[in-house]
Amino acid sequence: MDQPLIDDQTFQDLQNTAGADFVDELVETFAEEAPALVAELRSSLSEGAAEDFRRAAHSLKSNGHTFGALRLAEQARVLELGGFPVDVAAVDAIAAELELAIAALRELARG
Amino acid sequence: MADRGARLLVADDNKVNRLLLARNLELQGHQVALAENGRVALEKLRQETFDLVLLDMEMPEMTGFEVLEHLQADPALRDLPVVVTSSLEGEAHVVRCLQLGAEDVLKKPVNPVILRARIGGSLEKKRLRDQQKALISRFTASEVAQDLQAGGFSIHGRRLEVTVLFVDIRGFTTLAEQQAPEETIELLNAYYTLMFEAITAQGGLVNQIVGDGLMALFGAPRPLDEAPLCAVRCAHDMLDMIELLNAERAPSGSPPLQIGVGVATGDVVAGYTGTQHRAVYTCIGDTVNVASRLEAYTKVAGRRVLVDRATAAALNGAVDVEPLGAVMLKGKQREVEIFAPTHPG
Repeated sequence: MDQPLIDDQTFQDLQNTAGADFVDELVETFAEEAPALVAELRSSLSEGAAEDFRRAAHSLKSNGHTFGALRLAEQARVLELGGFPVDVAAVDAIAAELELAIAALRELARG
Repeated sequence: MADRGARLLVADDNKVNRLLLARNLELQGHQVALAENGRVALEKLRQETFDLVLLDMEMPEMTGFEVLEHLQADPALRDLPVVVTSSLEGEAHVVRCLQLGAEDVLKKPVNPVILRARIGGSLEKKRLRDQQKALISRFTASEVAQDLQAGGFSIHGRRLEVTVLFVDIRGFTTLAEQQAPEETIELLNAYYTLMFEAITAQGGLVNQIVGDGLMALFGAPRPLDEAPLCAVRCAHDMLDMIELLNAERAPSGSPPLQIGVGVATGDVVAGYTGTQHRAVYTCIGDTVNVASRLEAYTKVAGRRVLVDRATAAALNGAVDVEPLGAVMLKGKQREVEIFAPTHPG
């Protein structure tokens, strides 16, 4: 992938406009909430609930853009717009990417 | 400044989005309330007063699109500015939001500088709209103002059946001569307050004030069940209120106030007449003339309330009426049958 894990400029802009302390809390909120979205991807995929799947992917994409987690956002976008069928490997990949992104964001937030 | 300290609602199911948007708005000096889906947002909008809503589209339970539809259908919320914040892709979504009445569509993540500008603009537009509404309300009754806002400006009348009521103070000129002008004004204020109260309490609309006379409509611009009965009850309420007012005034030696009321029911053409710049809602038709003449005739008949045949018939016995025969009313070619409803009090 060409895109960086986190786009530093986007993250810095976020800190500048919203405040570094607030962004630190916001990263923690993301770390709490995002795994539920991945879980939603898995359950809606196994139930064939395409609309729920799309909405969860949409939400992850939106958060990815907010923090500058561009790879995560792009993977989520592909899932949002792609429609069913979806290979479960794609959900595994996004789960792994999310973990990397959260770790990197925590690092940046406390840097 | 118009964009300071506004009360905003942020509706977004994604907690990160919700908190970040709220943070940016608070930093810009606004008060922010949060809703985690469309249903909760709509509930809050109906319970509390907001200046503007920031609405996400992709929400469970009720989507932003559905919220927009509900707002459009609600006269109390139709004018509330909605700024859509969305990560949805494609122009079709944007067009749909705007068609459903959204003021603006911002793509997430929302740039705080653009956010500030767009919200400032929307709030300023709202302020101007509120001013216009206040102006309209000051010059017309609220039903008419709502009708104007719902239907836009219209100079065309439509034909409908209404009950028209005229009320006037008897011997007002004599009364005015007997007391100081300040007293007369105070008396008129009390009289108007009581008459307005009686009319609106029975579902009527004060349409015109001419001197000490009032014209009220029952059944226009909005339909009213049993409009003739409401008008007659209104007439009796007016008499009761005037009696109370007289009782209050008696100890200071003030002369008693007496009123006459005329009520007529029938077809009129109702609508806005005037020019594009100044319009009044009015009713034109024989029914209006009959009601006015009946009011004048109360002096001749020695009754306080007179109604025409159509009104009397529509009462269906809910109020007793005494037939007083057919009389020639001023300006009328034919005789008109008149009736005096019995005051239940």
